[in-house]
Amino acid sequence: MSVLDAEGRRVRAAERARARRVAADERAERRRAASSGFSNPSNPRRSVWLTLACGVFAVYCLFPFAYLLVNATKTQADFTSTFGLGPGRSFALWDNIREVFSYQDGIFARWLANTLMYVVVGAGGATLLAVMGGYALAKFRFPGRKAVFAVVLGAISVPGIALAVPQFLLFAKLGLTNTPWAMIVPSLISPFGLYLMWIFSDQAVPGELLEAARVDGASEWRTFRTISLPLLAPGIVTCALFTIVATWNNYFLPLIMLKDADWYPLTIGLNQWKDQASTAGGQAIQNLVITGSLITIIPLVIAFLLLQKYWQSGLAAGAVKE
Amino acid sequence: MRFEKMTKVIALTGAVAMAFGLAGCGGSGSGSSASGKDGKTEILVWSWDSTLPRTVKGFEAKNPDIKVKVTNVGTNKKEYTALNNALSANKGAPDLAQIEYYALPEYATQDKLQDLSDMGASGYKSFYTPGTWDSVNLNGGVYALPMDSGPMALFYNKEVFDKAGVTEVPTTWDEYYEAAKKIKAVGSYITSDSGDAGFFDSMTWQAGAKPFATSKDGKTVTINLTGDPKVKQWDDYWQKMINEDLINTKIPGWSDDWNKGLNDGSIASLLTGAWMPYNLLSGAPDASGKWRVAQMPTWEKGGTENSENGGSSLAMIKTKDDSKSKAAYKFLEYACHNAQGIKTRVDGGAFPADNNTLKSNEFLSMTSLKDANGKDNAYFGGQKFNEVLSQAAKNVLPGYKFLPFEVYARGIYGDKMTAFTSKSATLDQGIAAWQKDLQNYAKQQGYTVKK
Repeated sequence: MSVLDAEGRRVRAAERARARRVAADERAERRRAASSGFSNPSNPRRSVWLTLACGVFAVYCLFPFAYLLVNATKTQADFTSTFGLGPGRSFALWDNIREVFSYQDGIFARWLANTLMYVVVGAGGATLLAVMGGYALAKFRFPGRKAVFAVVLGAISVPGIALAVPQFLLFAKLGLTNTPWAMIVPSLISPFGLYLMWIFSDQAVPGELLEAARVDGASEWRTFRTISLPLLAPGIVTCALFTIVATWNNYFLPLIMLKDADWYPLTIGLNQWKDQASTAGGQAIQNLVITGSLITIIPLVIAFLLLQKYWQSGLAAGAVKE
Repeated sequence: MRFEKMTKVIALTGAVAMAFGLAGCGGSGSGSSASGKDGKTEILVWSWDSTLPRTVKGFEAKNPDIKVKVTNVGTNKKEYTALNNALSANKGAPDLAQIEYYALPEYATQDKLQDLSDMGASGYKSFYTPGTWDSVNLNGGVYALPMDSGPMALFYNKEVFDKAGVTEVPTTWDEYYEAAKKIKAVGSYITSDSGDAGFFDSMTWQAGAKPFATSKDGKTVTINLTGDPKVKQWDDYWQKMINEDLINTKIPGWSDDWNKGLNDGSIASLLTGAWMPYNLLSGAPDASGKWRVAQMPTWEKGGTENSENGGSSLAMIKTKDDSKSKAAYKFLEYACHNAQGIKTRVDGGAFPADNNTLKSNEFLSMTSLKDANGKDNAYFGGQKFNEVLSQAAKNVLPGYKFLPFEVYARGIYGDKMTAFTSKSATLDQGIAAWQKDLQNYAKQQGYTVKK
C-alpha cells in the first residue's frame, strides 16, 4: 500500500463526509421550511399532488417501454401464453435478436441501413438547409422576406399527411416513386426547423458581431462559418434532433411512396411483419416484431443521450453589450 | 468577389447533389422497368401471401426468359390503397396483383383487370372448386385465377369441449347454442366476434342469403339486407348469443388477446376458413394436439350447406404491353394452375382451390403440420384434417355475390355494429344503418340502387 493510496482514501472519505453534511443541512432546511410554512426559491415547498401527478405521468410514459423490454425476452410461444409484464418461461432475447437479423434473409438489417441513410441524408440535409435559410432570413434584409415568413408559418400548420398524396402523384410523374429519393427529398424540407433556426439566429447571433466581422473584411461565407455557426450550435442540435426523430419515425410518406421492400424504412418493415400474423396461413412473429421495435428505438435513445449536453450548454445570446 | 465565392459554393453543392443522384440511380436499377438489360421480360407481382415467392424459383427455371419479382406492398386493404394510388397515377402498378375474392368485383367493374378468358382460362371451370370459380367468373369474364380458398369449417378445442361435457360435435346451430351454454359454464367462450364484416358475409352466405347483386352492365346494384329472410335468420340467432353473453364480443380477431384466448382455451372454437391450421400453429402453439376440425353446423339436421371465408385470387392488371401480359399470364398459370406450382404453395401452408389437390391422397392423408423449423406437429391430434376441409370445399353454396365496393363496405361495418359493444343496440339496427350507408354510397358512386 502506497502513501498516495492512503492519501486518496482520506480525500474521498472527507468528500463523502462533506456530502453527508450538505445533505443533512438540506434536509433540516426543508423541514424548517415545511414546519414554518415558508419556503424560498431554491427550496420550494413540495406539493404532494403535483408529485403524484408527475409520477402517474412518468409511469404512463415508461410503461410501453417496460412492456417492450420484458416482451423482447420472450419466445413466440411465451408471448401468447404468459402474463404481459411478467417474464417468460425462457430468456430468449439473444435468440430473438439473432432471428430478427436473419428472418427473411436478413432484411431487417437492410431496413435499418435504409432508415439510417434517410436520417443522415434527409434529416442532415434538412438541418443544413434550415440553418442556412433561417440564418439568412434573420440576418439579411432582402425583398420578399415577409412573404417567405408567411409561407413558412403557413407550411408549419399544414400537416405532412395532407400533402402525402399530392406528393405521391407529383413524384410518380417525375418517376421518383419507389426510389430512396421519394423519401429523402420531402424529408429535406422542414418548415418548423427553418422557423426554429430563424428565431434562434435572430437571438443568438448579435448583429454587432457580424458588423465587426464585415469591417475586418471577412466574407459572408466565412463570417457564417467561423462566427455564426459556433453560436448557433445549440439551435442546430435541437433542430437536428427534431428532424432526426421526424425522419426516423416517418410512416405515412414511405407507406405511400415506397412499394419495394428493399427500400423500406424500419417503421414500414415492422408493420409488415406485424400484419403477417393476420393473413391466411401467415406465420405469427410477434416476438420478432417486439424485439425489432426495441432495436428500432435504441438508436434514438443514443442520439438523445449524446446530443442533450449540446443543447443544454449555455447560449451566447446576450453576451454582447448592446 | 463575395459573389464569386457564393457561386462557387452553389456550384459545389449542385455537383455534390448530382453525384448523389448518380449514385442513387446506380443503386436503384431494379423496380418496375419495362424489360431487363439482359433481354429478359421482367414482371412485377404484388402479393402479401408468403407462399407465392416460393414458386418463383421453379417458374424461372422453366422460363429462363422471364424474371419475376414478388413484392409485399402491404396486407389486403393496404395493398388495395397502393393499387388505387398507382392506378390513378398511371405509374408503378404491378403486372399481377393478389386480390381477395371479395375485392375482385371492385377492380373488374372498374375495368382495371385483364379478362383472362381470351388468354385461355375460360376452360378452367372444372379445375377449380365451384365456390372459387364462381368468385373469379364475373359477368361472363374470367378476371383472375383462384390462388387459394377458405371454405368454412368448425375448428374446436376438444379438451375444452370435453371438460364442458360437449362430447358430440355440434352439427346444427341449435346444438351449437346448447354447447355454447355448457362451455360458458366452465368459464370459456365458445367463440368471439367483435364485428367482422367478412364473418358476417360468410355466415349469411351459409344461411343461403343473397343480399347483394350487380347487374350485367355493372350500373345497377342491389342492396337488400333488411329484406332478406336468411340475413334475418342469422341475425336473430347471433343476437341471442350476444344477449346471453355466450360469445366474447370484446376481443377483436387477430389481436394478441385473441391468440392468447385460442392458446389457453378461453376461446374454445372458431368458425373460419380452411387456411386456419397454420395460423393456429404459430398463433396458439401451446394448444397443439387439443384442436380438431369438423364441418360447419347447419340450420337443418343433416344439412351440408357451406360458404367461403377469405381466399385470394391472382389477377392481371390491364396493360398494352403484349410481351409483358404474355409473361405475366405464364406466371399466373404456373402459380395457380400448374400442378408443380400449386404443390409448392400448398406445401408452404396455402389451402388449395383446385380439385386435383383436394382429391389427392397425399393431401387428404396429412395428419400433421410443418412448423417454422420444418418439424412435424400433430396439431390436430393426428386427425386427417384435410379430409374434413376438402369436403367443406365441396359443400360451398354457389351464387353468392359481393358488392362492387366491398372494400368500402367492410371498412365501415364495424362502426355500424354497435350491438357488439352496447347492450342497447341490436344487430338489426346495425344492419339497417349499414344498408342505408351502403345505398347512399352507391348513389354517390353513380350506381342505380335497387332494394
